[in-house]
Amino acid sequence: MKNDIILAGVGGQGILSIAAAIGLAAVNSNLYIKQSEVHGMSQRGGDVQSHLRISDRPIASDLIPAGKADMIISVEPMEGLRYLPFLAPTGWLVTNINPFNNIPDYPAADDLLTQIKAVKNHIAIDADAIAKEAGSSKASNIVMLGAASLFLDMPFEKIEEGIRQLFGRKGDEVVQLNLKALRMGREFSERNR
Amino acid sequence: MNNSKLLLLGDEAIAQGAIDGGLSGIYAYPGTPSTEIMEYVQGSKQAAELNIHRQWSTNEKTAMEAAIGMSYAGKRAMVCFKHVGLNVAADAFINASITGVNGGLIVVSADDPSMHSSQNEQDSRFYGKFSMIPILEPSNQQEAYDMAYFGFELSERLNVPVLMRITTRMAHSRAGVQRREVKPQNQLHLPSDPRQFVLLPAIARKNYKKLLVSQSAMELESEKSAYNQLIPGTDKSLGIITTGIAYNYLIENYPDHKCPYTVLKVCQYPIPRKQVTDLYNDCEKLLILEEGYPIVEEMIKGFLNIGKTIHGRLDGTLPRDGELNPNIVAKALGMPVTEGQLVPNIVKNRPPSLCQGCGHRDVYEDLNEALKEYGTGRVFSDIGCYTLGALPPFNAINSCVDMGASITMAKGAADAGLVPAIAVIGDSTFTHSGMTGLLDAVIENSPITVIISDNSTTGMTGGQHSSATGRIVEICKGIGVHPDHIRVVTPLKKNHEENVKIIKEELEYNGVSVIIPQRECIQTFARRKKSEKKESNE
Repeated sequence: MKNDIILAGVGGQGILSIAAAIGLAAVNSNLYIKQSEVHGMSQRGGDVQSHLRISDRPIASDLIPAGKADMIISVEPMEGLRYLPFLAPTGWLVTNINPFNNIPDYPAADDLLTQIKAVKNHIAIDADAIAKEAGSSKASNIVMLGAASLFLDMPFEKIEEGIRQLFGRKGDEVVQLNLKALRMGREFSERNR
Repeated sequence: MNNSKLLLLGDEAIAQGAIDGGLSGIYAYPGTPSTEIMEYVQGSKQAAELNIHRQWSTNEKTAMEAAIGMSYAGKRAMVCFKHVGLNVAADAFINASITGVNGGLIVVSADDPSMHSSQNEQDSRFYGKFSMIPILEPSNQQEAYDMAYFGFELSERLNVPVLMRITTRMAHSRAGVQRREVKPQNQLHLPSDPRQFVLLPAIARKNYKKLLVSQSAMELESEKSAYNQLIPGTDKSLGIITTGIAYNYLIENYPDHKCPYTVLKVCQYPIPRKQVTDLYNDCEKLLILEEGYPIVEEMIKGFLNIGKTIHGRLDGTLPRDGELNPNIVAKALGMPVTEGQLVPNIVKNRPPSLCQGCGHRDVYEDLNEALKEYGTGRVFSDIGCYTLGALPPFNAINSCVDMGASITMAKGAADAGLVPAIAVIGDSTFTHSGMTGLLDAVIENSPITVIISDNSTTGMTGGQHSSATGRIVEICKGIGVHPDHIRVVTPLKKNHEENVKIIKEELEYNGVSVIIPQRECIQTFARRKKSEKKESNE
């Protein structure tokens, strides 16, 4: 079993919380994991990415080779497209459709959607709206994780367990909200895959 | 895989390894990608219980010197900074190999090939060779832990500091790490030779000879080190030497990670002469894979290059600059590289920028307005979040060379006749290495205006303690800036006109002025509010 995942977004959008939840699920499943993060200058509103590798066998490289990623999870529609050279032909692009526009030449929403739909396996999800429906727009990254969870080779219960660990300190209400967001994201992917 | 493993960044693995290995004090100045080493120790309950020293230093040189002092007193110390920080600490660092150590001393320098967050990609291994001490370069997080854990003993055994060199991907990648039994700290004890650390020429000459003699012992350590492995292969047409994480990129390209060629995996220096010789004699030609400069490649190739063919960065088999990855290594081996779809051309660059609500933004708006009548090209800056003022929409600064250089470059330009010359520096950078330059300017009464944009933190690296907080005005007075020309302002939209007026007044003054726009970093402000709210709820 091997899942090579690129997480994409803009500095400050919190892609590392998704990585942390998957990481906990992987550790709880006794899997090997390597996760490369971006710290420093790009965290100030620049494009950021994380390479997350999970396997039942030892992992060599901290970076995923080009054309080998099983999935891109992007919390922003343009940022997922940036890493398409990494995506395997059979891989999934799971992306939020809400733009983070902090540059003058940001592309038109329709053009982005066209490009997303040109990827054979894609999930384009309005994670912000679903998160609001689940109870808080802050949970949109967890909606993204839920949408992506369908394509992870890990039992869904392990990911739920990861969420409980990650948010446990913040009380049961927060845990329940995020579990709901996670399930709603997953249901979206089940309906739209 | 064992559940008791910790999931740690390379930086964190080094920190935990040092704590478990008997660390008594860590000294550092923040710098990507090294910052998380100190942050981990600061957040560690174990480190607090063990009363390990864990405060940020004012700069890398003071950090290095304090660590030498702790070593003198018999205890185990670690120093951490980014690669260019080692330039700042170099004076103390090089001489520490001549003094030798008493308590074990590990210096961690984090290189940034591809310059993700740096102004160059210098390779710290040159410094290790320069000062003739062993270098440890982990290839994974477990080795990072182990090297820190056992590094103090290596340092004490060889009587020299040990340099630990890591690169961005090692520093900022997480993996499972197995801990070892916690070792006790050393007892306070003085060096057996009271003059060991007195580098008067007569003593330094003796110490230096000892260092030269111990080179063979260091080479022997490398030859028997478990971090250096000769992994036999069946295909003798090529032999491969990897250093540090380059090994991972190599074996990533083979099923089950089994390379058909013989591989010498080097993670401890000096490079092990015996194994290199064996590999050289056993194979038709060599390929050298190293993350950073082609330092090993140059050594093995030699100036005359009259031996077997050596492939690497120097002959174009691999790119001369930038970090490695599995694809670059695959190409060097002549293996096919499959890429996914191209990046659609609607995807635009998204450079980093100053946060919305950041005080530096207001400073640049004020400054640009005030400078309209003088024209552009006279603003010197240096390293920090405020360097982003070089980008649109501000286009406000004309230099970024090294920490503290804003003030001294402005002075030099003013000496040349560029008047007024302006320096923009942050609070933490000012105390790091701006203060001495300000003294130069005061002594000559140079016509410069220094703007110390004070957000009361070390911002770019994530908001660490700034040595300058609450002290800047007094420091400037103490250095000798006339109190009438130390102007504290608040960089807010509503103060724009008033601040522009103040800057204009000081630009007209024919001497040293300091303007201190003071407003808390928007990131640390948000975090503070959040934790205050949390506390009031509890």
